[in-house]
Amino acid sequence: MKAYLDNSATTRVDPAVLEEMLPYFTEKYGNASSLHSFGREAREAVEKARERVARLIGAKPEEIIFTSGGTESDNLALRGAAHSRRDRHRILTSNIEHPAVLETFRDLERNGFTAVYAKVDREGLLDASAVAGMIAPDIAIASIMLANNEIGTIQPVKEIAEECRRKDVMFHTDAVQAAGKIPVDVRKLDVDLLSLASHKFHGPKGVGALFVREGVGIKPLMTGGGHERGLRSGTENVPGIVGMGKAAEIARERLEEDAARMRRLRDMLIDGLLSMEETYLNGSREKRLPNNANLRFHGIEGESLVFLLDENGIAASTGSACSSKKLQASHVLLALGLAEWQAHGSLRLTLSRFTTKEEVEFALRGIPQAVETLRRMSPVWRKIKKGEM
Amino acid sequence: MVAFDYTEKVMEHFRNPRNMGVMENPDGVGEVGNPACGDVMTVQIKVKDNRISDIKFQTFGCIAAIATSSMITELAKGKTLDEAMKITRNDVAGELGGLPPIKMHCSNLAADALHAAIEDYLKKKGGIR
Repeated sequence: MKAYLDNSATTRVDPAVLEEMLPYFTEKYGNASSLHSFGREAREAVEKARERVARLIGAKPEEIIFTSGGTESDNLALRGAAHSRRDRHRILTSNIEHPAVLETFRDLERNGFTAVYAKVDREGLLDASAVAGMIAPDIAIASIMLANNEIGTIQPVKEIAEECRRKDVMFHTDAVQAAGKIPVDVRKLDVDLLSLASHKFHGPKGVGALFVREGVGIKPLMTGGGHERGLRSGTENVPGIVGMGKAAEIARERLEEDAARMRRLRDMLIDGLLSMEETYLNGSREKRLPNNANLRFHGIEGESLVFLLDENGIAASTGSACSSKKLQASHVLLALGLAEWQAHGSLRLTLSRFTTKEEVEFALRGIPQAVETLRRMSPVWRKIKKGEM
Repeated sequence: MVAFDYTEKVMEHFRNPRNMGVMENPDGVGEVGNPACGDVMTVQIKVKDNRISDIKFQTFGCIAAIATSSMITELAKGKTLDEAMKITRNDVAGELGGLPPIKMHCSNLAADALHAAIEDYLKKKGGIR
């Protein structure tokens, strides 16, 4: 038996999605820009997919730009917006964004912008009014993720976006983890730009989309044949786009049912694991994606835990990464105010539409065993038990 | 998380660590590392006739940290104190068939923990005399 609990990394392609993609590799292989029947067939498929993706987020089809994925969508949004408003010098984001946003901000800083970072509280949430207070007319672009990729916390994007609207500041949200898990409506959220990635909701990898509100002008990253309204030159990835379209359609139709199911299983997982000693939930329990559990087991280190779980058939991920000098705890976990040794013992478990109760039960047997094994090995655990840490 | 290419030997020691645990009344104890960096190792030794007659380790850390700790106990057990003091970080990594370069600095502390345990023993012994 195996349990795949790393669906925030990527998800399984829905069989219905794959089926719809396949003809676009073989019989229907035309270039969507060609004038002949092969091209027209591909164009129709791309436009149908555009409608489906638009419907998932309450947008108009012409507001959807297909990209290669979430990272490109974030880059296009942030660089495209910042460089179209060179008269403004500041850019604003949060301290728990995905690297696709944070690293783009760092690069924009090297290009002369001054970045401002809004900080989350211990629950991993931004204070909407505090962030609203930071919005000023000299900001070229503000970007706040809708839901966090590590701890699943859902940010008050609507309130912040509304303040941006009042101050005429362009606003972007990274909705890569949110789409297909919670309702996402670009009109209700009142955002100008919104990023999506197909493979996070059972579509194929290598395709994503950026919503660009009608009337919002941004600069393209790539020059070329002027595809996608000139914002993303390059021959369309037709099978990928078709797959993303189908995945978006299924995600929209099944949203309520999927979310309720994932939430039930997720709660089972969280409650089951919280019964272990010195075990804590990272991030708000209430304002949280229905498919995210991120737990912290004091006294152990994440990399060994992930490998030990993998040996026992459980796929999960951790919030630490090794740099050349030391093991670095995740910037998101540190932003919650955790000590580094606490952050190191964190484990992210993320569910999908295809996660079964059996998988969750399997994980609920395997994880405590693995944690116990590593704690027996750990001098830090010994100190915790003696009350020395 | 970054995936690393660990050797089969490293994984084998990670799965089946040798001499893991805590002993009663050790003759020397060495602890190195820092929980903030993600690695802490404790090595305890018993010394008989100037040789390491028993050795135990405990480690908080990644796979490399656990495997190197396990390996150092195998390398040190039965050795004279002089021989054990000569075991280097590179010896440990070499015996494991190598470590990912990124792990050589921080997670390869086992030799330091062993040396600290021996020094602790020598200090205590000196104190008794």
